[in-house]
Amino acid sequence: MLFTRREIPCREMVELITDYLEGTMSRSERRRFEAHIAGCENCSEYLRQMRVTIIASGTLREEDLTPAMREEFGEMFRRWQAGDDVEPPDG
Amino acid sequence: MRLTRPSARSRPPAPAGDPDRDLLDLVRAGDEQAFMQLVSRHQAALLRLARTYVSSAAVAEEVTQDTWLAVLRGLADFEGRSTFRTWLFQILVNRARSTGVREHRNVAVGDAGPVVDASRFDASGAWMSPPQHWVEDSDERLAAQSLAGPIREALDMLPPRQREVVLLRDVDGLSADEVCAVLQISEANQRVLLHRGRSGLRGALEDRLGEA
Repeated sequence: MLFTRREIPCREMVELITDYLEGTMSRSERRRFEAHIAGCENCSEYLRQMRVTIIASGTLREEDLTPAMREEFGEMFRRWQAGDDVEPPDG
Repeated sequence: MRLTRPSARSRPPAPAGDPDRDLLDLVRAGDEQAFMQLVSRHQAALLRLARTYVSSAAVAEEVTQDTWLAVLRGLADFEGRSTFRTWLFQILVNRARSTGVREHRNVAVGDAGPVVDASRFDASGAWMSPPQHWVEDSDERLAAQSLAGPIREALDMLPPRQREVVLLRDVDGLSADEVCAVLQISEANQRVLLHRGRSGLRGALEDRLGEA
């Protein structure tokens, strides 16, 4: 590009990273962000660490019910179905 | 040429992409196993979210039970204008807010300081004390898999508002729009909370695992 603008300092890069990952940057902002990453080992490492952090959060997803909870929810469902669910709303 | 199939459904269906739609139909028809599946699918996320409002595990569990009861009671009226998950989480948040000690509507989004300490950059804004190395594997997915313990602890330390956005987005996989709908916050606020939360987690992992 002929019209190279001021490079984004690393200190600002770490604040822009979520906008980048969320895809909410304008095209020109994105180009500047990516140009910095391409030439900066530290910010490139930082971006990678953010990605790994996000993926790591996703590994905590779980779908599990204890037997006791199964029992409780089963009972809740049967009471509801029997129309026996007479607990008044709170308040 | 492609034929369009006429829809035979009469009840307004949940949004086409709603993964809970089939189960909901079964629950409406009285299928207890389907209800169990629905609960299994979402209960862990509800509990986690409830814990950002109430400190006691027992109270959090009560809030989720109230929520499921409200789901059963309201199921006939659920029209599927949002996904089931959005509706479900909204119910939980409303209940948790009225139960919990924390009232966080209209609270400022939070400390406005930088997410990385200013002392780590030089006067020009370049890294002076660069990110310490802690991602061991070159494959991001494999690297993340060994971090379950540390990331769980780091999440527990986040301020509640950041924690709930990170939980919903990154742990439970809701979209930004869904999170805004569930928490009744603006898109900009959602993004700020997400940014601070994720950055805080990265910093905590660096503190714990980084090579000095």
